[in-house]
Amino acid sequence: MDRTALENFLWIIPIAPLIGAMVVGFLCALSNKRGVFPPRALVGVLACVGPLASFVVSVLVFLSLGKSAEASTLHQKLYSWMACGAFSIDFSFEADRLTAIMLLFVTFVGTIIHCYSIGYMGHDKGYARFFSYLNLFLSSMLILVLGSNLVLMFLGWEGVGLCSYLLIAFWFDDEAKAAAGKKAFIVNRIGDFGFVLGIFLIFTTLLKQGPASLEFSFLAAHANILAPVALTASLLLFMGAVGKSAQIPLYVWLPDAMAGPTPVSALIHAATMVTAGVFMVARMHFLFDLSPFAGKVVALVGITTALLAAFIGFAQNDIKKILAYSTVSQLGFMFLAVGAGAYGAGIFHVFTHAFFKACLFLGAGSVIHALHEEQDIRRMGGLLKKLPITGATFLIAWLAICGIPPFAGFFSKDEILWSVFNTWGLYGKVLWALGLFGAGLTAFYMSRLVFITFFGKNRLPSDQHDKIHESPLMMTIPLMVLALGSLTIGFLGLPATLGGTNVFGTWLAPVFGAHELPSEEHSMEYALMALSVFAAALGIGAAYLKYLRKPFAPSKPHGIAAFAVGAFFVDELYARVLINPLAAISRSFLFRVIDVAIIDGAINGLAALALRAGGAVRLLQTGSVRTYVYYLGGGAVVLMVVIFVGWRWPL
Amino acid sequence: MGTNAYVGLSIVIFFIGVFGMLTRRSAFFFLMSIELMLNAANLLWVVFAKSNGNLDGQVYAFFIMALAAAEACVGLAIIVLFYRKRRSVNLDDAAEMGK
Repeated sequence: MDRTALENFLWIIPIAPLIGAMVVGFLCALSNKRGVFPPRALVGVLACVGPLASFVVSVLVFLSLGKSAEASTLHQKLYSWMACGAFSIDFSFEADRLTAIMLLFVTFVGTIIHCYSIGYMGHDKGYARFFSYLNLFLSSMLILVLGSNLVLMFLGWEGVGLCSYLLIAFWFDDEAKAAAGKKAFIVNRIGDFGFVLGIFLIFTTLLKQGPASLEFSFLAAHANILAPVALTASLLLFMGAVGKSAQIPLYVWLPDAMAGPTPVSALIHAATMVTAGVFMVARMHFLFDLSPFAGKVVALVGITTALLAAFIGFAQNDIKKILAYSTVSQLGFMFLAVGAGAYGAGIFHVFTHAFFKACLFLGAGSVIHALHEEQDIRRMGGLLKKLPITGATFLIAWLAICGIPPFAGFFSKDEILWSVFNTWGLYGKVLWALGLFGAGLTAFYMSRLVFITFFGKNRLPSDQHDKIHESPLMMTIPLMVLALGSLTIGFLGLPATLGGTNVFGTWLAPVFGAHELPSEEHSMEYALMALSVFAAALGIGAAYLKYLRKPFAPSKPHGIAAFAVGAFFVDELYARVLINPLAAISRSFLFRVIDVAIIDGAINGLAALALRAGGAVRLLQTGSVRTYVYYLGGGAVVLMVVIFVGWRWPL
Repeated sequence: MGTNAYVGLSIVIFFIGVFGMLTRRSAFFFLMSIELMLNAANLLWVVFAKSNGNLDGQVYAFFIMALAAAEACVGLAIIVLFYRKRRSVNLDDAAEMGK
């Protein structure tokens, strides 16, 4: 399609799923009133059309950007959203090469997961509501990605937060699940607070220098104005990313978010929304580039989260919880990359992670579906024979996340580690070593999951063995597609040392500027690559020895393991240090003094005053008409006196 | 007769009305007394319109007549309904608010 014509159709990408959400939501509201449900097939088709349309337009955008000059963008202004004097915020979309990548995988994985959900949610009575929310989510996510200014991005950012809340608490009649939804929402608020402050700081700083705008292109061009506040601003923005992308100290909501339906965990809490923080940092890279210290903080938070979550992942027994901690850990790796200035590598890991983690989650969903809502891996085992397709795709994704070549995760993780190794001298070397360690841990806990779930002896009660069935095609085809992706997309980032050209990195180079890496030291790079493969193999081997060679018997954890089972009791710590004192202050001061004494007191006092006054004046109304006539007469006399004698009182 | 005589007549009529309201108990006499007072006012409008040589006062007289008709209409309806409920048109029977 022609470039300018395409520019005018940019709006379809976020708006198509929005229309889907409204149509399905309308059907849902209609049916709730009547007590009949819209046909499932109709809802399913309606829900998949929007994402598919977005995907098609995204592909066109991608192709168009590939053909045109490197730094060019597609821009569409829909209308002026808010204007105040010379300052205005447009509702406008902009697609550059970074956006194109995000669009591609968000719409692709989104469409696939919509299809998968048709199968997975088939028996749920909230079928239409689910798809309405899911469409709304996709729309918000695409606004986040496409928005051409910080405020529009923030709109999408809040939109995905809302949908995340709605979908985590999807089965809201279960109190624990409703609480998990609230927790995600509130924890995200803390991060968003930082994000908003960051926007304010950027805005006021720009305003001192003349006309301001929050368009990304404007910000990038005027980054030098922001230099004095770069550290504060970038750390504030990073605080938003910490909330959304579940990093220390705000990661606690993500494991609980697994209360939502599994497709939601795959789409929102693994592939797309949680990577929004990484995307935001990459989008604002010009700001983070100005403050090396902010980069160091980002990287440190990333690697710490990666290791902590991996340790907790060791000891979990819920299949989705393990994957959740794994997501937190992988997000840590992404922040390690963007903190080190290797934005291309970070986004590449976002990209590959979307495929293999979505595949893992959907595989887990398929297992849970087959075992009738069983999520405890201690009661699984030997499932590879029972669920051949799910098992095979899960194994591919497992190898991808472990970082075994040639699967996707190897290339992205290796690029991250290599970039970190070459940044910051000693600090970088330390982070690299920790990252390598983290890669080994990842391999270990993922292998533990795979070995216990898919190999060994089936530990389900024997009467249930025959009930286990492979999921329908509607669910297995998405798995196969994602597994194929996990297998192949890594080659997009094939480094020069292995005879590739790193298509992915080259594609993003115009956005981020070239990330200088030493290209002569091939031997060093080979050595590091070998080391990271070795670390992964070591992790898998250790898991093999511990969980597969001798039959697995669930044992009571002790020592540090017991600590890890309880997720290091971070939730309990937060409850004791933050939540309980806050609740106590709220109850004793805010409620008793401010609310009851001052606000209620004022209102009740006014009401009592009116009541008393009314009670007094009421005595005048005797109900006897004659009394009123006397009043009239008296009034007339007073008036006449005033008129003829004059108003003398009070003299 | 001069303007003064008309004003005096008007005052007399007005106080007849007031007297009626103060002494009568029947709702019908009440309405009639109100009517008298309104007409006393009307008379003043017309007299002063004549003595000032313009029509402004007469316009007001028409307004008041229309108003009096409407008021009588509503008043009679209320009396009819009140009678249906209480079998009485004595206004002292309607003085419940003070009790």
